[in-house]
Amino acid sequence: MTEAMLEVENLKKYFKVGKQALKAVDEVTFSVKKGETLGLVGESGSGKSTLGRTIVGLNEPTGGKLLFEGKDVRNLNKKERKNYNRIVQMIFQDPHASLNPRMKVGDIIGEGIDAHRLASGKERMDRICTLLERVGLHAEHAKRYPHEFSGGQRQRIGIARALAVEPKFIVADEPISALDVSIQAQVVNLMEDLQRDLGLTFLFIAHDLGMVKHISDRIGVMYLGGFMELADSGDLFSEPLHPYTQALLSAIPVPSTSKGSKRERIILKGDPPSPISPPSGCRFRTRCPHAMDVCASAVPEWKEVRPQHWAACHLY
Amino acid sequence: MGNLLEVEKLKVSFRSHGGEVQAVRGVSFHIEHGEVLAVVGESGCGKSVTAQAIMKLLPKRGCSIKEGSIVFEGNDLLKLSANKMKRLKGSQISMVFQDPMTSLNPTMKIGHQIAEGIIKHKGLDKRKAKGRALELLKMVGIPNPEARYDQYPHELSGGMRQRVLIAVALACDPKLLIADEPTTALDVTIQAQILDLMKDLQQKLGTSIMLITHDLGVVAEMAQKVIVMYAGIVVESGTAEDILEHPKHPYTLGLLNSLPNYETAEKERLIPIEGTPPDLYAPPAGCPFAARCNYAMEICVQEMPESFETENGHHSRCWLNDPRAPKVAEFAAAGRDGT
Ligand SMILES: Nc1ncnc2c1ncn2[C@@H]1O[C@H](COP(=O)(O)OP(=O)(O)OP(=O)(O)O)[C@@H](O)[C@H]1O
Ligand SMILES: Nc1ncnc2c1ncn2[C@@H]1O[C@H](COP(=O)(O)OP(=O)(O)O)[C@@H](O)[C@H]1O
Ligand code: SF4
Ligand code: SF4
Ligand SMILES: [Mg+2]
Ligand SMILES: [Mg+2]
Repeated sequence: MTEAMLEVENLKKYFKVGKQALKAVDEVTFSVKKGETLGLVGESGSGKSTLGRTIVGLNEPTGGKLLFEGKDVRNLNKKERKNYNRIVQMIFQDPHASLNPRMKVGDIIGEGIDAHRLASGKERMDRICTLLERVGLHAEHAKRYPHEFSGGQRQRIGIARALAVEPKFIVADEPISALDVSIQAQVVNLMEDLQRDLGLTFLFIAHDLGMVKHISDRIGVMYLGGFMELADSGDLFSEPLHPYTQALLSAIPVPSTSKGSKRERIILKGDPPSPISPPSGCRFRTRCPHAMDVCASAVPEWKEVRPQHWAACHLY
Repeated sequence: MGNLLEVEKLKVSFRSHGGEVQAVRGVSFHIEHGEVLAVVGESGCGKSVTAQAIMKLLPKRGCSIKEGSIVFEGNDLLKLSANKMKRLKGSQISMVFQDPMTSLNPTMKIGHQIAEGIIKHKGLDKRKAKGRALELLKMVGIPNPEARYDQYPHELSGGMRQRVLIAVALACDPKLLIADEPTTALDVTIQAQILDLMKDLQQKLGTSIMLITHDLGVVAEMAQKVIVMYAGIVVESGTAEDILEHPKHPYTLGLLNSLPNYETAEKERLIPIEGTPPDLYAPPAGCPFAARCNYAMEICVQEMPESFETENGHHSRCWLNDPRAPKVAEFAAAGRDGT
């Protein structure tokens, strides 16, 4: 058994919306093994970013536990907390909002290096240039401002910034969605290389299932704040158990105009329900083609349906 | 059917302290009535700048349109007064942006942002505009429209914000919808719904769509015609089938080859196009793809290739298509059939 780097137990993150609680992440349990890439996919609004932000400490959990290398993150002292903030980094979904428009790119990347006193002077500058080149930009770009770059270029700056502080665990929130395909392949190869060379562990949030399958060892599927399925990425694609996963896989657009490549698509009916008042029983039941009576009355148990293949569905 | 939009030899540059960025370097294309044109290409190749030029959204300072024309229903938009353009933008052409957070007003309730345009351009009163806004929110798949109407953009997930933006863009039944990476931030079931929504608009209302995307799956799903841009120029254009099944430009072939094949069980390393696009401060004189191209010949670095029509309506700006060029057997073998 590979050691778990991160264990998430019954984690909850609720937001107050008016007088009600919005259950963005609700009772989520899983672990991320050291050195693996765990992919996370799911409907927009399903709580992937909230989960990622809660793990890196940008959100205070409402309930549940986070154990990092066996230690409860809530009980870290000040020094350990600072270290946690360095070794656990996040690459953000929105490359525009996450870069300070008034700072030069070099200083954006250098900020973490300074905060954690990792290098100074020429060494600092060399490190920034190396990072820029490593993510496919040019050393001269250090002197420019974020607005001078296109969306994809900005996302690469975000990756360089995260790498600058020598992290161990990276939550990558849709890091390649804004990149075009040839560069996605470069960045994915880059992330795989970095993982191999530096022993990084990734939580990789994405909506491109093809890329998620490629990069992930295991994949978790979220819906309305909860996990629906978690399995080895090959198994998830070849034998998806949960009806939501099945719909998700069928919706992948195939880059070919030939008829043979078009697969049968499961169109989900209805609207995604509001996380302010999620459906009783199974959260997916309002859109599930297989919903039964029991689905409205009982919450399906999160169980290991097959070895290492977890699902929450009354069909199993 | 005639053309709704004709863009001819468009050139756009930015002045920066480092020099002049030639973002768009002579781009021509047209969109027919009721047609979906996909624009694909590397980040920074000038797709958004082209869209912004059409929408007259380029920054006033430091940016200039050097050359070209943008003709919408017979009017050159570049010569239109600011007032006339403003009216056109609300009612005839609208745009969905790449980045929903910066294009929604963070201080304004989302419902009001939709209703605002309806009041201004359709002349409906406040109550009717609210009704229409709720209808639009429902149409784009926002659950609980009544409750969401009074929320602010930061309270929505990325996907919901994008749907709100589409609702804003559709408020006035535009003839042309310019969608800049509209589904990039969404997961596939919602993407499937939004693409269906856009297809529906195209089919029922005859809305023409200029769809900027980097997802070749989306191209296959949506587009009749495709232009592939690289370093500010159009390198290949044709029907969706021409581009996806019979690419005639090494860049297009490279894009197709860099996709993961999720049908196979093995984990193969991806084949990216190595390197990065050229710096547009000083674009190369010859083919802009030469530095990354596996097939580059001597002439490629010296002279910009012309646009060769390889078959009816299928154009490739690559020297390999010159009748005098050596036949590249590899090219055919490297991927799709290359016929
Ligand atoms: N600060 C906040 N205040 C109130 N509600 C919030 C806040 N942040 C997120 N939410 C809500 O929490 C839920 C989950 O949002 P989250 O951003 O985590 O989704 P996501 O899975 O990352 O979606 P996407 O794929 O669209 O990025 C949504 O219903 C969202 O509206
Ligand atoms: N406001 C600006 N100032 C300077 N350069 C810009 C500006 N906006 C875009 N550019 C440059 O113009 C080129 C094309 O950008 P853009 O059209 O946004 O690319 P994309 O094809 O990714 O949409 C890029 O090199 C970009 O850096
Ligand atoms: S528990 Fe019921 S409603 Fe939920 S996914 Fe399974 S079959 Fe569908
Ligand atoms: S013109 Fe030459 S360098 Fe450019 S794409 Fe064709 S073969 Fe490659
Ligand atoms: Mg998110
Ligand atoms: Mg763009």
